Amino acid sequence: MPIITYRQALNDTLGEELKRDPNVLLMGEEIGVFQGSYRITEGLLQEYGPKRVVDTPIAEEGFVGVAIGAAMLGLRPVVEIMTINFILVAIDQVVNHASKIHYMFGGQVRVPLVIRTPSGGTGQLGATHSQSFENWFAYCPGLKVVAPATPYDAKGLLRAAIRDDDPVMFIESLALYDTKGDVPEDDDFVVPIGVAEVKRTGTDVTVISYSRMTAVAMQVAQRMANEGISVEVVDLRSLRPLDRPTIIASVKKTNRAVVIAEDWYSYGVTAEIAATIQEEAFDYLDAPVQRVAGIETPLPYAKDLSAASKPSAHSLIYAIRKVME
Amino acid sequence: MVKEADIVRTSLADEDADELRHYYYQMLLLRRFEERTGEMYVKAKIGGYCHLNLGEEATIVGLMAALKPEDYIFTNYRDHGYVLARGTPPGPIMAELFGKETGVSGGRGGSMHLFDAERHFMGGYAIVGGQVPLAVGAAYALRYQEKPGVVVAQMGDATTNIGAFYESLNLAKLWKCPVLFFIVNNGYGMGTSVAMGSSEPDLWKKGASFRIHGEQIDGTDVLAVRDACRRLRDYAEREADPVILDMVSFRFRGHSVIDSDRYRNPEFVRKGRQEHDPVRNFATLLHEHAIIDDAWLKATADQVEHEIQEAIDFANASSDPKIEELYQFMYATEVANTPGPEDAIAAVKINRGEV
Ligand SMILES: Cc1ncc(C[n+]2csc(CCOP(=O)(O)OP(=O)(O)O)c2C)c(N)n1
Ligand SMILES: [Mg+2]
Repeated sequence: MPIITYRQALNDTLGEELKRDPNVLLMGEEIGVFQGSYRITEGLLQEYGPKRVVDTPIAEEGFVGVAIGAAMLGLRPVVEIMTINFILVAIDQVVNHASKIHYMFGGQVRVPLVIRTPSGGTGQLGATHSQSFENWFAYCPGLKVVAPATPYDAKGLLRAAIRDDDPVMFIESLALYDTKGDVPEDDDFVVPIGVAEVKRTGTDVTVISYSRMTAVAMQVAQRMANEGISVEVVDLRSLRPLDRPTIIASVKKTNRAVVIAEDWYSYGVTAEIAATIQEEAFDYLDAPVQRVAGIETPLPYAKDLSAASKPSAHSLIYAIRKVME
Repeated sequence: MVKEADIVRTSLADEDADELRHYYYQMLLLRRFEERTGEMYVKAKIGGYCHLNLGEEATIVGLMAALKPEDYIFTNYRDHGYVLARGTPPGPIMAELFGKETGVSGGRGGSMHLFDAERHFMGGYAIVGGQVPLAVGAAYALRYQEKPGVVVAQMGDATTNIGAFYESLNLAKLWKCPVLFFIVNNGYGMGTSVAMGSSEPDLWKKGASFRIHGEQIDGTDVLAVRDACRRLRDYAEREADPVILDMVSFRFRGHSVIDSDRYRNPEFVRKGRQEHDPVRNFATLLHEHAIIDDAWLKATADQVEHEIQEAIDFANASSDPKIEELYQFMYATEVANTPGPEDAIAAVKINRGEV
């Protein structure tokens, strides 16, 4: 398998799907002439032309709504939202429209739509440009929410999302775009939506994570192995539907669990996972479930303070030690 | 707004008499459907919010007379009349209001969320302004797939004050989408008059800074509505260009069936209903031109009563949606780890205290 970056995996997949299906089109701000704010759509306008790669004005509510309406008539739009922070002005279209239309109208119409967007923060992007809102969408029945951690999953899940007939939120991470990994060349390779993966097997403690935090968890697991602690890493990959059986099976095996996510601590993804574990594996737990998540402030700009507010390898190790006590 | 003198001046010389009679029949069907719906609501056969099209019959029937089968329609929650006039039988519409599995949305939608894919009625939407970008998207898809047709983005007067409307105007013009922005100007958004809510009370002018042509039309005159819609529909399709239609009418009752309309002067409402009743005015017109007579009016009224009673009977006789189908329509593409019929039954039993 060739080794490519997460960015390349996304770019390749978008190109391949544009080629495969004439109803697939890309829409978003700066995706064409500018070649993508984070270069995910680089070269695609040149190759597929302006009918298939559509530069939009700054009107998230408008063009997300347009994409939903177009999907209802059979197009398969893949929308890029520059970062997840900007989707708040389009949330009515996603939550009150895209997620409801198939169900509320008795299954008469489908909404085959993908919204791609990077979530979370790196660098000093400050309070308004570093947020994680995937839990807001994972909360909403009718949507599918995926968040790949590796180039392999990025490709497989993006392809599954584009070929899926429901609205899918495809959550990316700025910090992952340059990471590398194996990606199959097979044209029909997909990663199924709604299925988690044990990314590393272990026996002492289960770490549950997704997206960038899975990359952190994998590094930490390696480090802990040197200390004689065997860490199993469950990568959720999908937040809705949530693969509870895989989480529970792992925790029943290791008897300890740490959940890590980049969003804010209260009401975040870690709370949902911890609740699931106590409901379905309480008798198997040797220690309370530990949660690692963001410090709850608007993210400060100052370099050290900003970095110190986000969950890290340090905070994960601290939590692992705590459940191992 | 139409005055008696204008009605008499209207020329019927080029009109097909059967067609005129059909418009009257349709308007009466809408009128009586809504009045009976109000009664069914009081009898608690219908729940939730329920908004009637009373006073807007000519606006709706005139629009539908102008549309072609390939056209698509997106509306707000005040949607019963649109589906009816588009040709959906009254039974499944009433059944949806009753929340039955035979309803047009399988009992999942209710009054505000009617749908008929076959007739290109693409839904009633209950978030003010939400349907407007969707309609632009549908028109975008028609253009993309090089198909004929236009898309109607129906909305109320007050909806022209929300942001989604302006983003939609811009995108529709920019992307050459054949959209009729169809404003049903009944003078009020709940208790807020047009003048109270809009710094530009001439709503047809609101497309000016987007270079979108707009017209104001008497929405109580079915022929004026039909003619304007035909002309602008053909223009929009031919030129791939959006237009605004500001259809002025008079809202007969409160905002919804549970609104007692205290903010409008009763005398104002009485006069409005007297002067701007599209159904009665059209009957008068047809009568004066000897296109109908009393016997025909009586027979038509009986026919309409009968059809609506049948719709109510159909709704009453229909079953509620099944519990085990609670999760049906959740996803169009099945994926792992989603609940099914057994989960639905188990959860509902607990919620009902049956275990
Ligand atoms: C975004 C949003 N805000 C508020 C409401 C509550 N609401 C429902 S209808 C309505 C008035 C709309 O008036 P108009 O657009 O003139 O339509 P009409 O009801 O007169 O047909 C309001 C405020 C809503 N449904 N959605
Ligand atoms: Mg109104």
